[in-house]
Amino acid sequence: MAGVFGNPEVVEEEVDILLIGGGMGACGAAFEAGPWLDQAKKAGFDIKIKLVDKAAMDRSGAVAQGLSAINTYLGQNDPADYARMVSNDLMGITRDDLAYDLGRHVDDSVHLFEEWGLPIWKQPGDEGKPLVEGGKPVRSGKWQIMINGESYKWIVAEAAKKALGTERIQERVFIVKLVNDKNDSNRIAGAVGFSTRDHKLFVYKFKACLLVAGGCVNIFRPRSVGEGTGRAWYPVWNAGSTYAMAAEAGAELTMMENRFVPARFKDGYGPVGAWFLLFKSKAINAYGEEYLSKPEAQALLEPYGPYNRAYVTPSCLRNHVMLNEMLEGRGPIYMDTVSALGKLAETMTPKEIKHLEAEAWEDFLDMCIGQAGVWAGENIEPEKKNSELMPTEPYLLGSHSGCCGIWVSGPTDLGAPTSEGHAEADKVPGHLPSGWNWGYRSMTTVKGLFTAADGVGASGHKFSSGSHAEGRLAMKAMIKFVMDNKDHKPELDTSVDQLMEEIYRPVRNFLENKDYTTAIDVNPNYITPRMLQFRLQKIMDEYVAGVATYYRTNAKMMEVAEHKLGMLKEDALKMRAKDLHELLRAWENYHRILAAEAHMKHIQFREESRYPGFYYRMDFNTVDDQNWKCFVNSVYDKSSKSWTVFKRKHVDLIDKAVSYK
Amino acid sequence: MPTFVRTDKCDGCKGQDKTACMYICPHDLMKLDQDGSDTGHAMKAFNQEPEQCWECYSCVKICPQQAIECRHYADVVPMGASVQPLRGTDSIMWTIKFRNGTMKRFKFPIRTTPEGSIDPYGNKPTADIANIEKAGFFTTGTDGLHAADATQLIAK
Ligand SMILES: Cc1cc2nc3c(=O)[nH]c(=O)nc-3n(C[C@H](O)[C@H](O)[C@H](O)COP(=O)(O)OP(=O)(O)OC[C@H]3O[C@@H](n4cnc5c(N)ncnc54)[C@H](O)[C@@H]3O)c2cc1C
Ligand code: SF4
Ligand code: SF4
Repeated sequence: MAGVFGNPEVVEEEVDILLIGGGMGACGAAFEAGPWLDQAKKAGFDIKIKLVDKAAMDRSGAVAQGLSAINTYLGQNDPADYARMVSNDLMGITRDDLAYDLGRHVDDSVHLFEEWGLPIWKQPGDEGKPLVEGGKPVRSGKWQIMINGESYKWIVAEAAKKALGTERIQERVFIVKLVNDKNDSNRIAGAVGFSTRDHKLFVYKFKACLLVAGGCVNIFRPRSVGEGTGRAWYPVWNAGSTYAMAAEAGAELTMMENRFVPARFKDGYGPVGAWFLLFKSKAINAYGEEYLSKPEAQALLEPYGPYNRAYVTPSCLRNHVMLNEMLEGRGPIYMDTVSALGKLAETMTPKEIKHLEAEAWEDFLDMCIGQAGVWAGENIEPEKKNSELMPTEPYLLGSHSGCCGIWVSGPTDLGAPTSEGHAEADKVPGHLPSGWNWGYRSMTTVKGLFTAADGVGASGHKFSSGSHAEGRLAMKAMIKFVMDNKDHKPELDTSVDQLMEEIYRPVRNFLENKDYTTAIDVNPNYITPRMLQFRLQKIMDEYVAGVATYYRTNAKMMEVAEHKLGMLKEDALKMRAKDLHELLRAWENYHRILAAEAHMKHIQFREESRYPGFYYRMDFNTVDDQNWKCFVNSVYDKSSKSWTVFKRKHVDLIDKAVSYK
Repeated sequence: MPTFVRTDKCDGCKGQDKTACMYICPHDLMKLDQDGSDTGHAMKAFNQEPEQCWECYSCVKICPQQAIECRHYADVVPMGASVQPLRGTDSIMWTIKFRNGTMKRFKFPIRTTPEGSIDPYGNKPTADIANIEKAGFFTTGTDGLHAADATQLIAK
């Protein structure tokens, strides 16, 4: 029987492995699965697998528009250097085991992309020669290579869909929550979600699950709040589902205080990487000064040693200097496109110049078309007019230049610690594992729950290619996990009726109360998801270091935020959904609240300002390596709705001294 | 720049059960107005939440009628410009019209293989189950990892 609005049909399905998400991480996992599943079958394990995505894999996730560069391709570089770069950009606190492991695996994914049809730019003379055969890429930086990437996601999804087969893929299903095992509260047994197309509730049971639903946007008030609300740098559809669902399932989170505040072209949020790295453009203040290399700027960074002496200044410190320029009244800040293109043109033929102009536009058209719209609307031709730069509102992510996420088990062959040897080790909740590997690669602290890409914390700088590679690593480990747990029967700790009751609450709120008032959006008995999102954004912006306070907060402000977030969480139960589309928005926003709360709790706990330029705790406005060069981790208890935050020891598995002058 | 659908071009994907734009929008924004009750235009699609549009152009590129265009965010961008693609099987053409009338056209490659031609496991080795817990993918085996200077691992 097909369901109706308010009374959906329930579809129950049992598989061995569920993939939640259809982005780069999930596509990597889907591709890696086939040959291992074949071999497992030969060994007597017939493993069932399914992938669910809230959207269509061809264009879902952060790569929907395409990309103009693959940001992680090692080529001639050593994985140790890669791990060093990741650590340095993220102010010293990352897991070398995870970064190194990624570095030694990632190139294979890039070679596959090229084989599948992704056009990768080559050095003159090497056109047509694949990377794998030694073709030299055009590098826009030490780690980045340029591509014609409009169809990047389309291509990667085609391979993933063919690898899995369409019968093992269900699109347009939004997963709302994970369900723990009835017999072991620290184990995962299922997931539940709903179709955004039909009135169907999906209940999946499984032995293992890969949670790869991307990072989190729109917990802070964006810079435009009218029609331009949709214009965030991060894709508006990744709503923190990864962090929220993992937290509710009891998984340990790490570095949730970390955020990414990219400095981008103002209003369009267009990419700056190619401008800085490929076109050698400089950021200047309103008076034409290249502020970053001024002695005053260097003095400003002096307190942040050793990170200020890095050969490549960390992203947050570059923001720090830019914010100072703005606060001192020397804004607007510009990307000096005119000088950069002018300089390049000095030695070029008219044909080469035309090509250069096309490259500059392609950088936007491949991955941030809206920026091209801003330029066209404002009559900006980059060779004639400079464009403003502006830091964005904060985002949470673990695969780009950020490192928040979930604490996962790493590789065992790189010398990672297996015990917890620091002064506050006794404050780590007793049920959690010690050290950095406790069994299966990429498994969280919850049995059977795996993650990758934006889901994995304390690493970062994986980008599209690394996310794909990390999904592949996780898939292997999940197959092993399922083989080792062949006879385990997952049992949900919550009844299907109760799950349905919960998930459809916003619909009931609407149906039961809608006739109380004449205006559908104004009703004392419910709140629209849209207004709830505005409330969340207002709280985060004003108290938890959003743009309103120039990214500043303190313990007192967060005390207010905590109080307000508590009430918001209560009111989330009163969200309404007038149709399936709004039910999607309701649950996205619920995920956002939890992700936001985790972010706030971690900033509150870490009594220093680890990422100046991304946020400042004005009451502890220093980088304090002595007390805080450690991971800040947390677990959430869904029954008491409270967080336990604690420290974990940080160690270097690779010598970092050579990163600094 | 939220998308808009031109009444003169949209044919509702000829009444198929899912329209191309609904299928593709990663944010569930495009909706077919079956009976005209939402827009006054029955069997045509519309963007149901323009202020949530990321301008990713997925719907613009996929619409078989070229019925979808973008109008720059009204609260941000001066009026009159447009950025419109025409996506083929191996390349994409962009037409950019500035507010002041300047026009630019660009054509970029998008893929080097025919659409639908990927054979994921075609020329690939099988997996060796003995390696499942070791580093390496089925494609690389355990010895196909990136070259590395092992002395860099100081904690080992
Ligand atoms: C603006 C931007 C620019 C970037 N530029 C580059 C670049 O130039 N080069 C580069 O290499 N990398 C770049 N990256 C990084 C790269 O895009 C990411 O690292 C990568 O996409 C992360 O993969 P993921 O699988 O974690 O998430 P995504 O690829 O974002 O996928 C998330 C998936 O989860 C699904 N989903 C979300 N919530 C749910 C739910 N509740 N239920 C079911 N499904 C759900 C989504 O539909 C999507 O399929 C960029 C990222 C951004 C945001
Ligand atoms: S894809 Fe184009 S033709 Fe089809 S419904 Fe959407 S706008 Fe109309
Ligand atoms: S441009 Fe992208 S976000 Fe906007 S409606 Fe089209 S597909 Fe959806």
